[in-house]
Amino acid sequence: MTLTHPSVSVPRRPFARLMRGLAAIGASEPQKRVQFDRPLTPWLFLAPQLAVVVIFFYWPSVEAVLSSFYIEDPFGFGATFVGMENYSDALTNARYQATAAFTAFFCVVVTALSLGIGLLLAVKADKVIRGAGPYKTVLISVYAIAPPVAGLIGMMIFDQHIGPITELFAFFGHDLRVGVNYWDTAIAVITISVWKQIPYNFIFFLSGLQTVPVSVREAALIDARSGWRRFRDIVLPLLAPTAFFLLIINITYAMFDTFAIFDVVVKDKPANNPMTLVYKVYLDGFKGNDIGGSSAQSVILMVVVAALTVVQFRFLERRVHYG
Amino acid sequence: MATVTLSNVGKTYAGGVDAVRGVDVEIKDGEFVVLVGPSGCGKSTMLRMVAGLEDVTRGEVRIGDRVVNTLDPADRDIAMVFQNYALYPHMSVRDNMAYGLKNRRTPKDEITRRVDEAARMLELAPYLDRKPRALSGGQRQRVAMGRAIVRQPSAFLFDEPLSNLDAKLRVSMRGEIRRLQKRLATTSLYVTHDQLEAMTLADRLIVLRDGAVEQVGAPLEVYRRPASAFVAAFIGSPAMTLLDARVSDGQALVGDHVVAPAAVPAGEVTLGLRPEDLRITRDGPLPMRVDYIEELGAQRIVHGFVDGQKIAVTETGAESLPADLRLSVDPGALHLFDVKTGRRLPQTVTRPEAVPA
Repeated sequence: MTLTHPSVSVPRRPFARLMRGLAAIGASEPQKRVQFDRPLTPWLFLAPQLAVVVIFFYWPSVEAVLSSFYIEDPFGFGATFVGMENYSDALTNARYQATAAFTAFFCVVVTALSLGIGLLLAVKADKVIRGAGPYKTVLISVYAIAPPVAGLIGMMIFDQHIGPITELFAFFGHDLRVGVNYWDTAIAVITISVWKQIPYNFIFFLSGLQTVPVSVREAALIDARSGWRRFRDIVLPLLAPTAFFLLIINITYAMFDTFAIFDVVVKDKPANNPMTLVYKVYLDGFKGNDIGGSSAQSVILMVVVAALTVVQFRFLERRVHYG
Repeated sequence: MATVTLSNVGKTYAGGVDAVRGVDVEIKDGEFVVLVGPSGCGKSTMLRMVAGLEDVTRGEVRIGDRVVNTLDPADRDIAMVFQNYALYPHMSVRDNMAYGLKNRRTPKDEITRRVDEAARMLELAPYLDRKPRALSGGQRQRVAMGRAIVRQPSAFLFDEPLSNLDAKLRVSMRGEIRRLQKRLATTSLYVTHDQLEAMTLADRLIVLRDGAVEQVGAPLEVYRRPASAFVAAFIGSPAMTLLDARVSDGQALVGDHVVAPAAVPAGEVTLGLRPEDLRITRDGPLPMRVDYIEELGAQRIVHGFVDGQKIAVTETGAESLPADLRLSVDPGALHLFDVKTGRRLPQTVTRPEAVPA
């Protein structure tokens, strides 16, 4: 099971305990120590991975930090050093603040819904005995859909003229205008994002549930009559490591990986549409050609995500029990 | 405290496999009954049907005066000790023991009192705030016992509780379980595949084979008069030797060698001889070729062949043995079984002390 996620840009070390925890859920194997004859050999093996990290993560990061202190000529003829001006501009801008507020809201809603529904489906699927295979396959298969395709399918469902969800809303007397009305668009993007992420959470929760020993469940069956109590007191705490891992992954997903969905839904649409900070970084940088301002925004984002992750590990992970 | 009654209980799994067929058992109030049999004989299934973890396909399970067939496990007033302890890994020892009581709305101070008492009984007091992970196997097993004890249930159910422990710990825990059960006088049903555990713990043994009861009785009764060749081979260690033999003219013969008088009709029989009933003598009737010897310290087991068939003898001597021995056996120690059914053949000659004067 690979647990690295392309867009997880958090400090590496805090994951160590989580990784050990997750490893301990399966068979825990003793750490192997390998001796190399030459001191350079291990670095040679590490080189490809290090190269990828340096070229695609550290180098762009450093570039972003550097260019965030400059205002660049739109045609690339020169750059002027402006210090923290890009940062103060961004932070005081009303549009930026509104986008930040929406991003926070979006993150909370998408994470809560996709975790909640994923868990619910996993718990129910875990109880299915007959036809469990096809049932799980149907639930998981959504994950195989690429985000832009998910966005396109979503657009079809929310289409102004033929979309079934638009018709559903019309039935209840609401004229849904995705891409025009701010909150209608928000509903569409949240729905598509949640739908796309549920299978991922489902897979992890389902495998997490299967690590709860049968005899522990049976002991609980004798100790507690109420199924809800058994779930709350026994199963849920034992799922905590999985849930904590998914929480971090889902927040990163909501912040970064929903880019493609926003791109499909919001692109070329008129009016004031909701978007996340990442999409604004892209718009300002590549559509608005404001490289400096966009770099400053992405640095702010990087700091926020790093801070958020540290907070999660320091305050939330303490309450997680690893098997 | 209650009696547990199984009337014609059967279990058929979805695939049509009969795991338990028509079992009738009554466990008296306060009695310690051990279900014993080889793996796959349905003993765990039976226990789990009493616990409510398995549906009962046929028949009736009663605990006390209630038919519990369709009751939830939590409503059956039983407590179970599992093979792999099944402790809640995220709860402290105290919470593990208290959880079942909390869910039954037992008052807080009553819970504390019972948990502390159980902890004292099981010498767990210093570990009450630890997580199961920080305990040794024996301690975990004691916590599992504590969890059962604090509930003060009508019946204890044990599902091979000692098989994950090492040999030495198993012996001491065996004694502990026996002592506790006597002290609490709670009706207990205990499942094991270990005949030694079964012999030492049980007030009564139930030997199961292929989902049916093969024999019920006190351990010594089962040991002395096994109802079938299966029970004979299963109970007792080292196992009883079973030989192809025949009876003619009131004598049991293995090959051409007369073993002892046997009062059963003439014909083919299965002859059972306990290793401890055989004696190595200079002029015994049975010639034995020694194969190998297992030294156990207090005694040794001599393995070999009689008339080409495997046989084992225990003896306490220490001197070296010749390759060929002669064995003699008390006529009362003969166990004769039907060749086809495996059932015990009633004999008119029994052990001298059992013959009425």
